Amino acid sequence: MIYLYFLVAIAVVIAAQRLNDLRAKRVLFLLLGAALLCAPLFDRNDATFNVLADAGIFVLLALGLNIVVGFAGLLDLGYAAFFAIGAYAYAMMASPQFNLHLPFWLLLFLAAAFAAIFGIILGAPTLRLRGDYLAIVTLGFGEIVPQIFQNLTKYTGGPNGIGALDFPSFFGRSFGQSTIPYYYVVLALIALALFFAYNLRDSRLGRAWMAIREDELAARHMGINTTAVKLAAFALGASFSGLAGVVFAAKLSLVSPDLFQFQVSVLIVSMLVLGGMGNIPGVIVGALVLVLVNNVVLPQANTIAASAGLHVDFGNYHFFIYGAILVGIMLFRPEGLLPSRQRKEELHHAAA
Amino acid sequence: MLRLEGVTKRFGELVAVNDLSLNVAAGSISAIIGPNGAGKSTVFNIVSGIYRPSAGEIFFEDARIDGWPTHRIAAAGIARTFQNIRLFSFMAAIDNVLAGEDAHLHARLWDSLLHTPRQRREEKAARERARELLRFVGLEGVAETYARNLPYGSQRRLEIGRALASRPKLLLLDEPAAGMNPREKGELADLVAAIRERGITVLLIEHDMGLVMRVSDEITVLDYGQRIASGKPAEIRSNPRVIAAYLGTAVA
Repeated sequence: MIYLYFLVAIAVVIAAQRLNDLRAKRVLFLLLGAALLCAPLFDRNDATFNVLADAGIFVLLALGLNIVVGFAGLLDLGYAAFFAIGAYAYAMMASPQFNLHLPFWLLLFLAAAFAAIFGIILGAPTLRLRGDYLAIVTLGFGEIVPQIFQNLTKYTGGPNGIGALDFPSFFGRSFGQSTIPYYYVVLALIALALFFAYNLRDSRLGRAWMAIREDELAARHMGINTTAVKLAAFALGASFSGLAGVVFAAKLSLVSPDLFQFQVSVLIVSMLVLGGMGNIPGVIVGALVLVLVNNVVLPQANTIAASAGLHVDFGNYHFFIYGAILVGIMLFRPEGLLPSRQRKEELHHAAA
Repeated sequence: MLRLEGVTKRFGELVAVNDLSLNVAAGSISAIIGPNGAGKSTVFNIVSGIYRPSAGEIFFEDARIDGWPTHRIAAAGIARTFQNIRLFSFMAAIDNVLAGEDAHLHARLWDSLLHTPRQRREEKAARERARELLRFVGLEGVAETYARNLPYGSQRRLEIGRALASRPKLLLLDEPAAGMNPREKGELADLVAAIRERGITVLLIEHDMGLVMRVSDEITVLDYGQRIASGKPAEIRSNPRVIAAYLGTAVA
C-alpha cells in the first residue's frame, strides 16, 4: 500500500516534468495535492503516514538544499546543521527543558528565521571560496553544530538530547500520538516551499544565482552583488531546513545529536544528485526514491530475509546501497533521473 | 570621462602597467593597442575592479573608483566584454542580457519570493528591453538559444549586448574582433559606431589594425606597461616608436 503512494507521487512528478504547458503542470500538481490531502480519509494506517511525513520532510530538505547547490551552485556538505538548528530550536523552546512552551506554529517561523541567520553566519566566511574549498568548510560546519549540541550538556541534554517535546496543537486540539496531523503540516510546508522555489527560480534573484553558478566574475561585471546574492541563497536554503527540523523534532518528540550527523547531509546531497540537481521535480523524485529505499524497502527486505531464516540487517548496508545507486547514476545518467535542460546539456558538453 | 593618473600595477617583480596616465573623452571611441603582454588587458582589469592598482588613481565622471568592488563599478556605468568570451554558457541568450540588467532592477527578496505585481511589471519591461537589445546586436532570432550553442561571432555580439544591458556610459571591449572573419569585422565596426550613436563612450583593445584605424578617434599605444604614444590614427601610424615596438628595432 505504501508503495502505491510513492509510485503515484513519483509518476505524477515525472509526468509534470514532461508536460510543457505550465497550466497543465499546475493542474497535475494540484490534483496530486488533493489526492494526498484526501488520502487519510480512506486509509487510517498511522504507520503509512509516518513514513509519508518523513518522506515529506526530506522533500523539504531537498528543495532547500537545491536552492543552495542546484540554483546557486554552492556545494554545501553541511546542510544537516540547519536541520539540527531547526529541530533544537523546537526542542529547547517547546519542552520541559527550560519550561518554555512556545506554540509550534510560532516556532516554525522562529526556527526558519534562526536557520536563515545561521545560514548567513556560515555563508559569510565562505564567500570567497568555491567548489572543493567551499565543500570542506561547509562540511566542517556540519560537524561542528551537532558537536556543540552534544557538548553543551547543560542546555541541550548532551548526547541524550532533549525528550518529551510538546505535542503541537491546532486551534486547541493537540496533535496527540497520531502522525496524520504532521503529514498535513508537511504537505502544507511542501506546497509553500514549491511556491517559493518556483518563484525564486523565475525571478531576478534566481537569474543572478544562475549567473554566478555559470561565471561568478562575469556576474560581478554585470553589476550583480555576488555577496548579497550568495548570502540570500544560504539563508533561504537554510530556512527550508529549519522548518523541516521543527516538524521532525515535534513528530519524534525527541532530538539528539546523532540524528543530524554527516550522513544526513550526504543523504540530502545524494537526493539531489540522484534526482537531478537544480530541477525542482527532479529533486522531489530523488528524495522520494531514497526515502522509499531507506524507510520502506530495506526494513521489508529484513523481514523477508528473516522469514527465509537469514539474519541480515539490510539497514546496515544502506550506505552500500546508496553508493551503488550513485555510482550507477554517475556512470549511466550523470545528469540525474529527472534533469533540467541546462544540466543535461552541460554534462553532454562536458563529455564531448 | 575616464581618467587614469599614474596607474601602476605590479605582480611581484613584474611591472605589468607602469605609471600610466590616460584620458578617455566622453562620446569618443578610443583604442589601446600594443604588442602581446604590453599590459592592455591588465588596464581593463584595473578599471573594472578585478585588480586594485599598486599606485595611482582612477576617476570616472569625477568619482574616484579605484578600490571599489567590481559590481559597484559596473553599476556606476562601466561595462565590459572579455578577451576570452565569458558568457553564461548554459543560459538562454535573452537571460544573459537580462542578467546584465540586474543592477537596474529593483525587485527585493520578497518580490522574488512572492512574485509581487511590481516584480511582474518589472520583469515584463526588462524582457522587452532585452529583446530590443538582442535586435540591436542582431540576435533577435536566437533569444532562447543557449549562449554556448551560438556561433562564435554571435557569442561576441551577445557579450556586447549583455554589457549594454547594464546601461553603461563607458563600454570596454577587449579584443572584440578576435577570431572574426572580414565580414564579421565590418559588421562589428558598424556596431561600435552604432553604440557610440547611443551616447556610449567606447574604449577598446584590439589587434586588428584595420579595425582600430577605422573606428578610433584616439589611440594609445602601450609597450611593456608604458605608454609609448598616443594620438589620432594617422599620427600613430607614422610614429617611429610605435613601428619599432611592433616590428622590433636594431639594438644600437
